[in-house]
Amino acid sequence: MALPTPLQAFSAVSKPNAASVGISAQSPQTAATPAPSAATAPAAALTGEKMTGAQALVRSLEDLGVTDVFGIPGGAILPVYHALNEETKFRFILTRHEQAAGHAAEGYALATGKPGVAIVTSGPGATNTITSIMNAQMDSVPLVVITGQVGAHQIGTDAFQETDTVGITYPIAKHSYLVTDAQDIPRVLTEAYHIAGTGRPGPVVIDLTRSAQTGEMFYSWPQRMILPGYSPTTHAHGKVLSQAARLIQQSFRPVLYVGGGAMRSGASEQVQRLVDATNMPVVTTLNARGIIPDSDTHNLGMIGMHGSIAGTGAVQNSDLLIALGARFSDRVTGKLSEFAPRARVIHIDIDPAEIGKNREPDVPIVGDIATVLDELVPEIQALQSEEGSVDLTNWWALLDDLRANYPSDYTRAEDEPTDGSLSPQWVVKELSRQADPRTIWVAGVGQHQMWASQLVDFERPRTWLSSAGAGTMGFGLPAALGARVASERAYVEASEAAEVNSSASASDTSTSVSAATSAPSASEATDPAPVWLIDGDGSFQMTSQELATIFHENTPVKIAILNNSVYGMVRQWQTLFFDQHYSATMLHDGDEHAGNASATPGEGFFDVPDFVKLAEAYGCVGLRATTQEEAEAAIEQANAIDDRTVLIDFRVWKDAMVWPMVPAGNSNDNVLFRLGEQPLKNVAMQREAAAAQNARAQAEAEEAAQNARAERSNL
Amino acid sequence: MVVNNLSLQPGATRHTISVLVENRPGVLARVSSLFARRSFNIDSLSVSPTEREDISRITVTAMVEPQPLEQIIKQLNKLLHVLKIVELDPENTVERELVLIKVAATEQNRSDILEIVNLFRVRVVDVHPQSLTIEATGAAGKIDALLGLLQPYGVLELVRSGSVAVTRGPRALSDKVAGSEISGR
Repeated sequence: MALPTPLQAFSAVSKPNAASVGISAQSPQTAATPAPSAATAPAAALTGEKMTGAQALVRSLEDLGVTDVFGIPGGAILPVYHALNEETKFRFILTRHEQAAGHAAEGYALATGKPGVAIVTSGPGATNTITSIMNAQMDSVPLVVITGQVGAHQIGTDAFQETDTVGITYPIAKHSYLVTDAQDIPRVLTEAYHIAGTGRPGPVVIDLTRSAQTGEMFYSWPQRMILPGYSPTTHAHGKVLSQAARLIQQSFRPVLYVGGGAMRSGASEQVQRLVDATNMPVVTTLNARGIIPDSDTHNLGMIGMHGSIAGTGAVQNSDLLIALGARFSDRVTGKLSEFAPRARVIHIDIDPAEIGKNREPDVPIVGDIATVLDELVPEIQALQSEEGSVDLTNWWALLDDLRANYPSDYTRAEDEPTDGSLSPQWVVKELSRQADPRTIWVAGVGQHQMWASQLVDFERPRTWLSSAGAGTMGFGLPAALGARVASERAYVEASEAAEVNSSASASDTSTSVSAATSAPSASEATDPAPVWLIDGDGSFQMTSQELATIFHENTPVKIAILNNSVYGMVRQWQTLFFDQHYSATMLHDGDEHAGNASATPGEGFFDVPDFVKLAEAYGCVGLRATTQEEAEAAIEQANAIDDRTVLIDFRVWKDAMVWPMVPAGNSNDNVLFRLGEQPLKNVAMQREAAAAQNARAQAEAEEAAQNARAERSNL
Repeated sequence: MVVNNLSLQPGATRHTISVLVENRPGVLARVSSLFARRSFNIDSLSVSPTEREDISRITVTAMVEPQPLEQIIKQLNKLLHVLKIVELDPENTVERELVLIKVAATEQNRSDILEIVNLFRVRVVDVHPQSLTIEATGAAGKIDALLGLLQPYGVLELVRSGSVAVTRGPRALSDKVAGSEISGR
């Protein structure tokens, strides 16, 4: 027999008949399928408060503690929007595109660690969120997307704005629900919120039929979840922990390879403790920038296609790689078979499917990073107190050498713009230099994103929001909106908590809420943490309509557009690998002022759009900088304005490159520091020579032993 | 089923996997789309209700190498509707498949075919002047042998149910589904 909800195929929806036209808690679906709620609902009904499904949805979100929701209304979700009013306890932010609602909710989730929530309509509303759902899946961002759906009896009829949202989102969401019965709403919301935020976080889709929204139900809270197939492992068992500790104790060239999973787990403190206990070098993925401060000398920066030479060199030459919430993505490993070729691997991840997917580990540990490290660090310390800690002097000498010779900056002659425009890398450094230390940094996708990751000084976790695995251009502006909503929320909660504390100092109303957010010191702050968006002219234009949302919601952000008038990252690939054939990468939105100030429209140089005018059209302050003096002044001005959005159009060099670079599919040993310079090749040769020598020595020793045995037996 | 030569690598061996899932519509679509996405070459797949009305059982047989098999089992485990996955040990499993074979038969060779039928202890379920329909159950090896002998007479139509399998002994797979309470929905 088939149960109708929450996951429902079309065939299971009975056609309307006399008995079930009016949708009620007792008679949702009849005929074709036995209604399970007929048996269970009345019991719950007796204790519940009668309301519509739409009201129940709003109430469930409130009871879950959701404080901020993004979205756009539409026909099939209207009952829910009707249920929103002045008494609604959460803030609703009306975006201008559903994709942006999703990304804003992601930005919010990344900055707070709590699931982001978006409510959109059916059909195009739902499909517009697909990009953000996919992005959340790739980067394990907790997200709950509620989509409208046509009435249960219209499903499968190609009704207006009908689409199979659950079917479309199967492969790109952690889970998807179809809700046809109003009575299921609070339980499904409870489950969805739980699934999104626990285990390996991810997007959960709730496709809510119009009939479930208008149907009546009996609301009760809390709800008991029914998730027999869901029980993420968080604790590791003791044996693998002692194996891991033993391996760490036996390794002389260890590296911590920290991924987004450590950030999602909130394991910043634990990672720092592990680093302090072992003196190990740390490399991070794009997603984990800020997990330990950049000012900590153990931090070798980012690893991967555009990772630092020291970081890449550390991983390639390590004898032990400890992967924390990382998934050995192709952008990190380069050619997989030549990634860290001499390293043994300890892989800690909450998702068992990641372990052994790309690289077979020597010690696999399934569990929550923070929980596992809480147990692992004492194991290591116990071993250290018995045997002393491992001396990493030689290892650090090599790495410090690489770090000193191949720094992550752009001060060489070939990095200087040749056309009189700004150096984009200099702009990023200047932004970082002048920024409030609480700043939340957001980026789009492209060259500017890599420069931001390399050059911004990250000192706190959850202050770097970026689309990594999916590489979604256009992520920046909506995510910045979400980050600003988060920082305002953190500020409000911290101020309220401070008020409560000061009015009743004896009371135990702690600031635990704000502790979970990005601004630990928000309680002393006099304003919400600022948000800086570093974006490219191409990436920005994919979601620039959200300037309207930002204006009307009064959520000011600071926007730095590194305007090189081209799709810079694609152009870089065209320069290096496609014969400098710049096919379809010219944007013509920053040509006029790039050394061509005298040119007039019609003479081949024109700026469309003009980002300054665009900013002004959306009620923002628009500034333009073509020289370093202008840039410094503009950044200062932007930092001084906190009641309006400021957009700065930095005119930067279109031939600026992101270095270092591992050409796609190459071994990380072949990393290019600059064109023609492969600093790790020698190191790799030495490593392989040493390994070969070791092998030879071992073979000779074995041979000698064998000969000795043979001689003895001859005797 | 899904035919993709990617998984037909040397080293591939035949595996039987039993997947216990929540009995609700749409679950099979999720499970099978996962197989398709990971280019998993399925030989047969069968779904049916079980001794517990809240649980369905999917039996999959496939030619596959150990590494992709492990990965697909892990990916399947991530689906919330999947309750339990077990790879069945052929030594300790009873595996059966039902097949209906329509063989061209004439007056001359009908008795020859019936002899094969008797030899294999299978049954004739339909007789027509020009055909015989044979029902056979058994492990895949027996069915394949039967088909090999019938082939020369002309197999007009063939349908196989796909393998179903249970472990030997008193224990049930669903014993391991702890605290399942799906009937509450």
